[in-house]
Amino acid sequence: MKEIVEHLYPLLKEISGYIYPNEIELHWGLLVVIYPYLTGLVAGAFILASLVKVFNVKEVQSTYRISLLTALAFLLVAPLPLLAHLGHAEKSFEIFLTPNTSSAMAMFGFVYAWYLMAVLLLEIWFDYRKDLILWAKEETGIKKWVHKIISLFSGDISEHAIKFDKKAVKAVTIIGIPSAFLLHGYVGFIFGSVKANPWWSSVLMPIVFLFSAIVSGIALVLLIYMIVMPIRSKTIDMKCLDKMASFLFYTMIVDFSLETLDFIHRIYESEESINILSTLVSGKLFGSLVVVQLLIGMLIPLGSIAAIKLFKTPDELRRLVYFVSALLVQVGIFSTRWNVVIGGQLFSKSFSGLTAYKMTFFGLEGLLVSIAILILPLIILYILFKILPPWEEARTA
Amino acid sequence: MNILKLLENDSKSVGRREFVEKSFLSFLSLLIPKFLLAEEKSDNIKWILSNEYSPNDHYWAMGIDISKCIGCGRCVEACKKENSVPDEPFFFRTWVERYRILENGETLIDSPNGAMNSFNDEPLEENIIRSFFVPKICNQCDNPPCVQVCPVGATFQTPDGVVLVDSEYCIGCRYCIQACPYGARFLNPETRTAEKCTFCYHRISRGKVPACVEACPTQARIFGEIKKKASPLVRFLRLNKISVLKPYLNTEPKVFYANLDMEVK
Repeated sequence: MKEIVEHLYPLLKEISGYIYPNEIELHWGLLVVIYPYLTGLVAGAFILASLVKVFNVKEVQSTYRISLLTALAFLLVAPLPLLAHLGHAEKSFEIFLTPNTSSAMAMFGFVYAWYLMAVLLLEIWFDYRKDLILWAKEETGIKKWVHKIISLFSGDISEHAIKFDKKAVKAVTIIGIPSAFLLHGYVGFIFGSVKANPWWSSVLMPIVFLFSAIVSGIALVLLIYMIVMPIRSKTIDMKCLDKMASFLFYTMIVDFSLETLDFIHRIYESEESINILSTLVSGKLFGSLVVVQLLIGMLIPLGSIAAIKLFKTPDELRRLVYFVSALLVQVGIFSTRWNVVIGGQLFSKSFSGLTAYKMTFFGLEGLLVSIAILILPLIILYILFKILPPWEEARTA
Repeated sequence: MNILKLLENDSKSVGRREFVEKSFLSFLSLLIPKFLLAEEKSDNIKWILSNEYSPNDHYWAMGIDISKCIGCGRCVEACKKENSVPDEPFFFRTWVERYRILENGETLIDSPNGAMNSFNDEPLEENIIRSFFVPKICNQCDNPPCVQVCPVGATFQTPDGVVLVDSEYCIGCRYCIQACPYGARFLNPETRTAEKCTFCYHRISRGKVPACVEACPTQARIFGEIKKKASPLVRFLRLNKISVLKPYLNTEPKVFYANLDMEVK
């Protein structure tokens, strides 16, 4: 109690104009920024994997399993920031037991469970089943048992069974694409359906969320691929990299168009909230929205990849540009989430004033916990790579 | 003998249909603790019922006459005391805003400490052409966005039209605070659950008026029934030009303002 109040007093000086007195405390902080960032990466990585399967894109075949495991690692962590931000995390199970059917947020548990159990785990299991059985045959000790348990002690590697596995993977992928759309589009809906908040309330919100998710997911897998390959002393397949960069480029163009459409639409309609929103965008949000999200996170990577596409460039330069671009895209998408979540709370619903957000360092909702939550999926991914090696040469013939 | 044999056979071979039926019934037993818990929690409801307060017989609302409010802040103080709202200037179930419209067309709005200690009147450089006070409170919407978004149903609408929060149920996700267009909700820093004006439900169910209404020295706040013709509120609604806050959001507020200016949001 004391901590919260002490945190709020200095904020009184940061207010400009008039805000409702209850609005001084900003309720959805850094953790709620991280949540859509993480689910976005999940959806994006999965959609990259699906592109390989459904459209049979041979060039990026080697990233298929990397993408799946990346999606899993980030999905496992995705509920953590939500739990940590709840006033009463110990009661969170009520969302499952007595969900309020009219609440968008109440659907979270079901969307999440569906995606984890019915899509991701199932697809990974069917895709790895044959390999798990063959690995377990040759291994000894703990590793043998780990693989046996993950394969759920199945042992059938007849041609018929393998054929079924392949069919199952394809079926799950086809269900998986709309599911991935649902997972992240739904997160966008949580914000887009709040009519009280003109910065959020937009029918485009789920779609913008979705495309930014695909952008961030592809960029993440590209980064992981480029980091992991040299560590394993393997050469980076330039054809694969070029293809991924192309996917990244095209989805960024769609994402950019949607965001521009949203922007033009708001200015053209020029509703009641336009004045306070322009003050926000040209003031408190200028750095994170115009500089980081738009310039650093969108225009520079778009321009660089476009330049690479136009001119013949040596592999090394291409690798450098792709790597830096993917990194900038991550920064950009993170600030996209920041600008939606925090930006939407910086102006008063009286449309007459602005408030401020001050991050804490310690505490459950502080910077430290947030950094830990962002690092955790990478640790999980490392472990997954050890247990379920996604490399092409690990595949059994 | 034959019957016994038959019974034996029957008990051994459980059909598929029977199996499904029985498992369904077994799973239903998982819900039993839920009912028991509900019974435990119903102390308040028991009181209300035993004292012959029937929520179905009432429909509450509030009228606020802007021209009568003098900005003394007694309502804010009374509310904080009555409902043990934290003293700090970040938590209010009701507050009063002051609007000053200047000669140059600018509008100054303020509500220092929710107007708990009234307002200072330091002179301004520009001439004031119009000034008035606006008490704010939860609008007890008939189409409440906060109730719609609550993931666990901790905030709900009673049959008498009041929107309440069950703090034992609230998980503190704060979606309702985001969904309220009027800034009427806050997170109680001690309980970490959402809180808002209840129309002093503990008072109105005992035949009294809300604390803010009772404390107002100018009767700027009128509380009462809107479905009964004899009510002073119905008279207020008939005799004044009435508006509500943010009508375009279709929240259907039940706090009605008389003499409201267009500057008020």
